[in-house]
Amino acid sequence: MNLARIVITGVGLTAPNGNSLQEFRRNLLTGVAGIEWLDVRYMGRLLAGVCHFDALKHQKKKEVRVGTRAGSISIWCAREAIEDSGISFGTYPRDRVGIYIGCTEHGNVETENEIYAISKFNYDTKYWSHYHNPRTVANNPAGEASLNLGVTGPAYTIGAACAAGNLGLIHASQMLRLGEVDLAVCGGVSESIHTFGIFAGFKSQGALATNDVPAKASRPFDMARNGIVVSEGGCLYTLERLDDARARGARIYAEIAGYGVNSDASDYVLPNPVRQAECVRKSIANAGLKPADIHIVNTHATATPLGDIQECEAIRAVFGEGCPDTHINNTKSFIGHCMGAAGALELAGNLPSFDDLVVHPTINVDHLDPACALPGLVVNTPVKAARVETILNNSFGMLGINSTLIVKRFVA
Amino acid sequence: MTNEECKKAVLDIIADIAPDEDLSNVKPDVRLRDQLQLDSMDFLDIVMELRKRHGIEVPEADYTRLASLDSCAEYLTPKFNALAAKS
Repeated sequence: MNLARIVITGVGLTAPNGNSLQEFRRNLLTGVAGIEWLDVRYMGRLLAGVCHFDALKHQKKKEVRVGTRAGSISIWCAREAIEDSGISFGTYPRDRVGIYIGCTEHGNVETENEIYAISKFNYDTKYWSHYHNPRTVANNPAGEASLNLGVTGPAYTIGAACAAGNLGLIHASQMLRLGEVDLAVCGGVSESIHTFGIFAGFKSQGALATNDVPAKASRPFDMARNGIVVSEGGCLYTLERLDDARARGARIYAEIAGYGVNSDASDYVLPNPVRQAECVRKSIANAGLKPADIHIVNTHATATPLGDIQECEAIRAVFGEGCPDTHINNTKSFIGHCMGAAGALELAGNLPSFDDLVVHPTINVDHLDPACALPGLVVNTPVKAARVETILNNSFGMLGINSTLIVKRFVA
Repeated sequence: MTNEECKKAVLDIIADIAPDEDLSNVKPDVRLRDQLQLDSMDFLDIVMELRKRHGIEVPEADYTRLASLDSCAEYLTPKFNALAAKS
């Protein structure tokens, strides 16, 4: 099958440590984390990754009031990506644009808010907001972006737990190859820090990070890691078929090389390193590559004691031997776990490596867990690589959804 | 409560639900929808806020009575005063 080549032509993002690719990348190379204290309803002060973008740059106050945080993040990222792409969007046929946004979940924030609001009225449901349904439908983040942008093509979300960011790009690539759309705005978003439920759930699971120093809280692979820092964020890309991108003289960040998606079918929450390794191998085969051809592996590792070891087991199984040019890093050590945005954001943080050949590190490793001591792991300080032709991005999620996306340097 | 105070209470609500609007020159005898960017969901917001903030119920059959500031005052001022008399 002769599939169209798909390229990344624009990036829009908001991360706890940056609201543009340039700012985000700079902070990843200089060790600047983005974790802070956040007051969480019923739970008090907790560690979280909070984004500080200016929603009113792209939305009216009323849009912000009526919409959701996930909607605002989507609109910010979509507008920034389109601007970055250089596309003349004012005259672009909006029915040929697709919006595909990965989400871990959607609706918890708004439901919790409404229950809290009616608790002040003795739980009388006549005080329940008429905005509840449009705010909580699963397509809300993509729908709000379509409203804001006037996009009349397909706009929907892809629910894939914490693998969702990668799934946004993968699904968009498929839709472009099918000819369903000509321009895809895709990636992932998360508003999860605004729901106490996700914090309480991880705490009950024994998987919520604690630390006296916010910037040190997210510490994958370190002996003292003690769980996840929950974060919000978003990253959306513009993807186009190569022919279209070249016809308009677009700047090309990278080309989609291949991907793999599979399911553990083994547990609600526990990862499965066998299936993870299978997913990584599928993606490499899909890209027509060998493990030794992968130069950066961005890990999913969330800093849970068991999960990090299991991913390392999967990576060791694939890259353990004969991969001297493979570097391994982690972005959550800077920004926590951005849930549905994680895969898309973490890919973005690595994209500039094609230009500067620098691999950002995983930080906060004071005592490397021997079980996580992978060859090629970039610890605490960036390294200069001999070659960066490919980046492999892992994102895994609950209910056993695994996704691996590979991008490569664009060569005409 | 006077009619003017009632209009101010309604404008305070509108200021929150339509934060982009300039409310400095709202004409009391002109339909709100003809001079402000308000849709049907916004009118439901006005009804909800009257309920939440002031304990005033507006039955659906009476929604048209909220068309302008003048009609709001005519319809709502007696309700405000009836509530005040009760308390």
